[in-house]
Amino acid sequence: MPNVTYIQPDGKEITIEARDGDSVMETAVRNGVKGIIAECGGACACATCHVFVDETFMDKVGGPGDLEDDMLDGAAENRTDCSRLSCQIKMNAGLDGLRVRIASEQV
Amino acid sequence: MSERVLIIGAGQAGMQLAVSLREDGFTGSVTLIGEEPHGPYQRPPLSKAFLSGESDEESLELRSPAFYVENNIVVISDEQVVEVRWDAAHGTAVTSTGRLIPFDKLALTTGSSPRRLSIEGSELDGVLYLRDMADAKNLKRRWDKAEHVVVVGGGFIGLEVAAVARKAGKTVTVLEAADRLIARAVSETTSEFYRAAHERRGTRVRLGASISRFVGDGTKVTGVELDGGEVIPADIIMVGIGVIARGELATQLGLETVNGAIVVDSHARTSDPRVVAAGDAVLLPHPLTGDGQVRVESVQNAVDQAKLAAKTIMGGADEYRAVPWFWSDQADLKLQIAGLSNGYDATVLRGNPDDEKFSVLYYRAGRLIAIDSVNDVLDYMAVRKALGNGQTIPADQASDTSVALKTLVQD
Repeated sequence: MPNVTYIQPDGKEITIEARDGDSVMETAVRNGVKGIIAECGGACACATCHVFVDETFMDKVGGPGDLEDDMLDGAAENRTDCSRLSCQIKMNAGLDGLRVRIASEQV
Repeated sequence: MSERVLIIGAGQAGMQLAVSLREDGFTGSVTLIGEEPHGPYQRPPLSKAFLSGESDEESLELRSPAFYVENNIVVISDEQVVEVRWDAAHGTAVTSTGRLIPFDKLALTTGSSPRRLSIEGSELDGVLYLRDMADAKNLKRRWDKAEHVVVVGGGFIGLEVAAVARKAGKTVTVLEAADRLIARAVSETTSEFYRAAHERRGTRVRLGASISRFVGDGTKVTGVELDGGEVIPADIIMVGIGVIARGELATQLGLETVNGAIVVDSHARTSDPRVVAAGDAVLLPHPLTGDGQVRVESVQNAVDQAKLAAKTIMGGADEYRAVPWFWSDQADLKLQIAGLSNGYDATVLRGNPDDEKFSVLYYRAGRLIAIDSVNDVLDYMAVRKALGNGQTIPADQASDTSVALKTLVQD
């Protein structure tokens, strides 16, 4: 199963083995990773699971969809070219080793 | 002796309360008990991604079993608290298995249960409700074979199920007793939009529908008979006509309730200061104005109130203040609501509902109080932020879609 590493707002890194098909958000929340709030539970409705994807993975992860793009405009921490809502990134073998930095402000 | 907190009800609010106690540094014991056979999970996807097959049971789990162990939270599943009482020094909960659980502080996060229909035929196999995982599995088990789906009640849950059914190619009829859909929560403009949008997608919507009985073949439901005798064929009937707060245990404790809903103050305290309550089961002061009491049945309210209840248990004095927000996914339509529109006296329409992208802003005495946005995240986010900051948007400028709402926000 693919690994994903989270860089938490306090700077600590945590690596978790994700279930294939689970989102980066779900994997984080279920395992108590700090900083991902995910108030809406993954419906792309709240912009509280904002992460910055490691640049080297941006090609594989891809950019946000239209709705997600608008949500990111309203995110608490200013977006960058690597911003995604982690509920919209599904883990698979191709993303093994993925690194994301969690936005320090979510609400 | 360290303090023992018992949380009754292992839904979103109960889970959050337990987690927040630990995040806030609570060192006593935390026990979370729920009657369902598994730990806390997300309910909203049950009528959406779970039903359509895009998510499974494990992906809905709110926290992994290991998380609770690491955080020293005892989760008891498949066991119902049947009695709760205060003895001289502490409280005791008695469960369905006869277990006694002593506690010093109590949190009630008992949630709600679907309002049941009681008419001829309502006991027939195939008449279904949707609240918990067991309901969802029951619905899903019959889903693939069902060609004709009738939804009774044109509220959020019914319309969400209707949308999934229609997308799966089923014949879908929504029966609503009122003269418009989602009448309790949204304006006429939004209601009318959803009626038209569902019909465009092939769902039949019958407003002002009066059901006389469900008909069946003796065991299984086969249709719905309306007043006047018309029968609409149905392989399954999903009834979504609202929920009732579960206040039985609160009543046992002599706490103040209104129609079963547990009355709390702005600190999430019930009428007994040793007992807090949060989530769907609660009647709370208006979360933005403090004026009047409301029930807010949403994930947001469950989470935010539970966080506050945890602080109250630990001796904090914070008052509940949160912008209510809510969403509903129906087909490719994302409805997002911020604020509470109760008591509005004017609305402003922004955009064109025919484009399936628009917002309705609600005003009271000239101040913005809420928004419904369909497929317009930016409008929704702008209003949610404005309400959180106690700000407004001038009604006479809000309809101009050439100007971004966030640029119009003022004190």
